Amino acid sequence: MKILVCISKTPDTTSKIAFTEGNTKFDENGVQWIINPYDEWYSLVKAIVLKEKDPSILIHLITVGGADTEPIIRKALALGGDEAIRVNNTSNDSMVVAQEIAAIAKEGAYDLILTGKETIDYNSASIGSMLCALLDTTFIPNAIALEVNGTTAIVKREIEGGEESCETSLPIILSCQKGMAEQRIPNMRGIMAARTKPLKVVEAIIHNATTSIKKFDTPPAKSGVKLVEAGNMDEMVRLLKEEAKVI
Amino acid sequence: MVLIYIDQDDQEIKKASFEAISYGAALAKQLGLSAEAILLGTVKNNVSELGKYGANKVHQVNNTALNNFDASVHSTVVAAAAKTLGATVLVFAHNINGRAIAPAVAVKLSAGIVTGACALPNTEAGFVVTKTVFSGKAFASIQIDTSIKVISINQNSFGVIAGDGTAAVQNIDTAVPTSKIKITATDKIKGEVPLTEANLVVSGGRGLKGPEHWGILLDLAKSLGASTACSRPVSDADWRPHHEHVGQTGIQIAPNLYIAIGISGAIQHLAGVNRSKTIVVINKDPEAPFFKAADYGVVGDAFEVVPALTAAILKSKAGA
Repeated sequence: MKILVCISKTPDTTSKIAFTEGNTKFDENGVQWIINPYDEWYSLVKAIVLKEKDPSILIHLITVGGADTEPIIRKALALGGDEAIRVNNTSNDSMVVAQEIAAIAKEGAYDLILTGKETIDYNSASIGSMLCALLDTTFIPNAIALEVNGTTAIVKREIEGGEESCETSLPIILSCQKGMAEQRIPNMRGIMAARTKPLKVVEAIIHNATTSIKKFDTPPAKSGVKLVEAGNMDEMVRLLKEEAKVI
Repeated sequence: MVLIYIDQDDQEIKKASFEAISYGAALAKQLGLSAEAILLGTVKNNVSELGKYGANKVHQVNNTALNNFDASVHSTVVAAAAKTLGATVLVFAHNINGRAIAPAVAVKLSAGIVTGACALPNTEAGFVVTKTVFSGKAFASIQIDTSIKVISINQNSFGVIAGDGTAAVQNIDTAVPTSKIKITATDKIKGEVPLTEANLVVSGGRGLKGPEHWGILLDLAKSLGASTACSRPVSDADWRPHHEHVGQTGIQIAPNLYIAIGISGAIQHLAGVNRSKTIVVINKDPEAPFFKAADYGVVGDAFEVVPALTAAILKSKAGA
């Protein structure tokens, strides 16, 4: 079985979010970069867990980005995975990224393609669904559990207000979220091994973006919290009713 | 024509779809186009009533196989119908099913897409859609450069606008591919409003000290008719079920009112709730970072404040 894990580079969750160049570019100054948590904790670790049970599984990692994504993909290789592919395209248009991944996926004939449920920077949650259309392959979003039995996949996904279990046959694309696997930390052996694992760089083939970012804004600061005395909950109810008008 | 996707679950139209229609109808008006909806499968609702949210017409693919959701099948059917009908803008709710198919539909129509929109597009020069990015910590204005446009709208960001009106319902005959997915079980939490659809949410954190103390929170939720949620440490410790976890890695919500009890307000938690309209924080630590993101706050012991708030709400309701 061959698994393709999609990896994206995102700012650390505690990063200060600011913009430069007239609010048209994300300010990368002082930003700590990480593997998008959904890609790492749930997709990648799930692939590793499957490989631990069946060592014949091959795990390929793919990222679409510039050379500055390489530390992230090395870290992903340190967690696990056999080799990595970086498509040298710095576009932030999901459609471009998905088409680049689809081109690699078509060549690799993967049984399982895993993405995180969304990235924590652009929150687009689009790649899995786009791959579904580009590769004409079954897509199950918001997966929280997966078992593979031969060519059958048993998947549990989140639905609004509950869970749905289903059976389908490989190949499939899953977007993964909490529940799929548990967060891991790379060990020294993994870090050493990652140095020599293949990281192939492929030139971009897709250049036509469908969208363009015009500007960023940060939300207006809250006007400040209005404190209510602990002994005066009648006042809190009045504020929620008459001022906020939410109850 | 603006085509709005109607999401259903268990043959009930989802609340998020009413908001998507309201948004799509406002957008159609802005563009001078008609607002039409597409419904896959059969539902128990009276479909013509979708007119009251602004749909002029509803196109229904009357095939019960579509009552089970399959992203591949549903996106294929919606894209084919959009082509037949000549839709130029497609609107989806940015809920679980909406975001699973909107990007696939965009691929099939060679359309640009913005997911998680939070306002109507600016169409004065071009077509620029504002969406939330960085988990609610910023907004991006994104121009769609293709002739067909796809938008998914964040839940609770536009609101449901109901008026009068009846939609004409007509069947649309579209080939339905066979699903490769066999649904084996559905496990739903009975009698509760899904958190993503709740208008009022009461949420607890480690400050409540243990699952045995949740009674005061449940009483408050009951007095308001609110859904309950919790922070990550609480769900990790199994004090509360995982489906209640809101935050960066849990569920992201945008209710009208979010009451946080004994939650310090770590940045990862805020990322899941910062789109709430009104935030109330109850915490005994006046330095808790959550107060900076709150509209109203109470510095005090939750075990005294929460029952007092419940009593005040019940008193107010009895008087009203």
